[in-house]
Amino acid sequence: MSVIILLLLASIFVAAIFLAGFIWSVKSGQYDDDYSPPVRMLFDDKPSQESSKK
Amino acid sequence: MPATVNKQTACYHCGEDCGEVKIVLAEKQFCCEGCKTVYQILNDHGLCDYYDLNNNPGKNLRQSIRKNKFAFLDDEKIAGQLISFRNEEQTHISFYLPHIHCSSCLYLIEHLHKIHPGIVRTTVNFSRKEADIIFNHKKISLREVAELLTRIGYEPYISLNQLKEKKPRLPRTMIYQLGIAGFCFVNIMLMSFPEYLGLKNIETSLLHTFRYLNLALSVPVLIFSAQPFYESAWKSLQHRFLNIDAPIVLAIWVTFFRSVFEVLTNTGSGYFDSFSGIVFFMLIGRVLQDKTYQELSFDRDYTSYFPIAVTVLKDDQEVPMALPDIQPGQTLLIHNEELVPADGILTRGKAFIDYSFVTGESLPVLKEVGEIIYAGGKQTGGNMELLVVKEVSQSYLTRLWNQPNNQPTEEKGISFVHLLSRYFTYIVLTIASLTALYWWANDPVRIWPAVTAVLIIACPCALLLSSTFTNGNILRILGRNKFYLRNAQAIEDIATIDHIVFDKTGTLTTTQLHDIIYEGEPLSKSAQESIAALAAQSGHPLSKALARHFGRNSLIVQGFHEKTGRGIEGLINGDLYALGSQQFITGKNTHPGGTRVYVSREGKLLGFFSFRNHYRNAVNDLLQDLQSDFELSVISGDNASERSTLRNLAGKKTTLLFNQQPADKSEYVRQLKDHQKRVMMVGDGLNDAIAMRESHIGIAMAEDCNTFTPASDGILESAQLGKLNRFIRLCRANKQIILASFMMSIVYNIIGLYFAVQGNLSPMVAAILMPSSSISIIGLTYGSTNLVARWLKL
Repeated sequence: MSVIILLLLASIFVAAIFLAGFIWSVKSGQYDDDYSPPVRMLFDDKPSQESSKK
Repeated sequence: MPATVNKQTACYHCGEDCGEVKIVLAEKQFCCEGCKTVYQILNDHGLCDYYDLNNNPGKNLRQSIRKNKFAFLDDEKIAGQLISFRNEEQTHISFYLPHIHCSSCLYLIEHLHKIHPGIVRTTVNFSRKEADIIFNHKKISLREVAELLTRIGYEPYISLNQLKEKKPRLPRTMIYQLGIAGFCFVNIMLMSFPEYLGLKNIETSLLHTFRYLNLALSVPVLIFSAQPFYESAWKSLQHRFLNIDAPIVLAIWVTFFRSVFEVLTNTGSGYFDSFSGIVFFMLIGRVLQDKTYQELSFDRDYTSYFPIAVTVLKDDQEVPMALPDIQPGQTLLIHNEELVPADGILTRGKAFIDYSFVTGESLPVLKEVGEIIYAGGKQTGGNMELLVVKEVSQSYLTRLWNQPNNQPTEEKGISFVHLLSRYFTYIVLTIASLTALYWWANDPVRIWPAVTAVLIIACPCALLLSSTFTNGNILRILGRNKFYLRNAQAIEDIATIDHIVFDKTGTLTTTQLHDIIYEGEPLSKSAQESIAALAAQSGHPLSKALARHFGRNSLIVQGFHEKTGRGIEGLINGDLYALGSQQFITGKNTHPGGTRVYVSREGKLLGFFSFRNHYRNAVNDLLQDLQSDFELSVISGDNASERSTLRNLAGKKTTLLFNQQPADKSEYVRQLKDHQKRVMMVGDGLNDAIAMRESHIGIAMAEDCNTFTPASDGILESAQLGKLNRFIRLCRANKQIILASFMMSIVYNIIGLYFAVQGNLSPMVAAILMPSSSISIIGLTYGSTNLVARWLKL
């Protein structure tokens, strides 16, 4: 039966990791602005154009 | 419509009509030099993606911004109050950029470092329209950063308000509380399964492990997650008022301590799952209901409108100075389009003051040298000099704002949910004592389990859930329709109103359009074109309206001459045309009321144009519809020239008041309140702000949500004014929906009580009852609010 207790602790531990992840994501401000990040990742930097000009 | 659009050429930068004058660069057309310059800057730095992401994303730059507008940022003292961090290399500053509106803006501002190497990094917070800028102050100064932003069309808005303490970031505690409650709830559920399934033959040691783990997981819920309820309950007890949170806290504690007792005495497994679950669900409701609109500010006062610094003339030198430091006796230089921040006497220049902000009067007023000018007006004709007679904190506008009886009153309504919960609590306590009495007579051992079970089951959490979820969803529906409420209490306040007061100028009418009627000698086509060309030369609002009325043309005006506040004249095709006041054109002054522009050719009077405010299209239907349910008043800072028009629009019963100063408006609202009316005030500018604060619910109208609105309980986008009647109906439905779902929860309660009074509430029954009642209540409130909204076509 100790196996169950071990599994139990493991499952709570995993859940706690997710909880910590959630708290970290809130703390780092990921939910403050829900518009910019998805748009920002689509911007292309055009290094070729920049360097060709110089 | 498409045909007319095709004829015009839209500016590549801002999308406005380019007109006759062609400004072309790289096969792209621009409406003005300003827009072209921005394109050049962006093109030179490889940032033309700006135009690919959205069509014509820019801001029209026809009006150039004066060169030393941001000179005050060179002042160490002012700058020091704005910047958030500074070290050897870098400075951090956060600017509010009202023009941010699309992904192009985001792209451009975050690539600011490509335009100037001194910028290290820019991060935009889109919902707050703020840009956090990190720059190297050895390469670029704060003033240059502001000017750079202005040059590409994103002028930072810096107001006196920013000198005060920084506004706190959105409170996140409740999100943490919610997260922890959810974590504990789910794990407790998991470990309660053996118990639910009645696995009696599992090892007792294992069973104990489950129970103690549940106990341990419940502690954070009790201590941390349930805190909002404790705070609210404690606050209400201090005010000797029993709100809904007090019985909820009682129920939470009874549930917890009975469960602890059961586990410690080894008599049962307790109700930890129900306990944590209910806290979790109630927190979700709270978070949904309290979700406010970060990008909107409901608490603006005059400081948000005032500039942070003004130009002071000292020994013929222009010196920027922070506004609070202005002393009487100093001379201010007020530029065109700037706000007068303190009462003063005009010493040089022509003052042409637009008081629409303070009084609601839509047309500028002319002031001569030596006249006193009150704070709050906006200068519209050139520069002027002003001798300050009163400090900013003592000036007319500030005093008006700070009048003691204008401070917000705290007696705004108490939610009916609290009153309902009070009756509910009394009934529950009666049932509990009857149960106790019954078992005391029959089987005293069962008093304790029966009474606690009654208290657990009968917690008014269903009521709280139904109200928070209904409110949350209604706020969301209204927000979708561009009507933003400050908080959930505003819904109930709207539902109870019986008198609506409308401001006229800017609220029922739009400041952007005028109805123009001409009386006099008929005008030929060429005369009309000449008048249009002449009017187009002036920046006066009436001239602009005339020019718009007749349309653009390319006639050339020679010898143009403007007498600020009086009129304009010029030669068109050899004819001398003059437009202006009656005094200016005819030399007489016989017509006092109403707004008229007289026109003459070669000194001969042709006729006059009378200007009427253009009522918003939806106003007629709205007022007709509202009349049947509400008493209406229309109150205006303008003169009474439009009484008859308004009477037709608003109907016979409506009270019409003209020439009302801000204080009069507020006084009128107070009188209505004294007659036991529940008043809603719908206004737009600062001139209505005091009345809005005095009323039970103040709604501020805004052309779009970027513009500044005074302190209010709700902000309504002006295009949506016609929906106001339906918004009120939706708010009224709120109460019925809450009551209906509450009735349903009582059915669950009766089932629960049936078990509870017998003293044999099994954890299984509690575990089924609690989530099913919560979830069905959530479903019912969401479904019915959406249904009502669809029925109202919102």
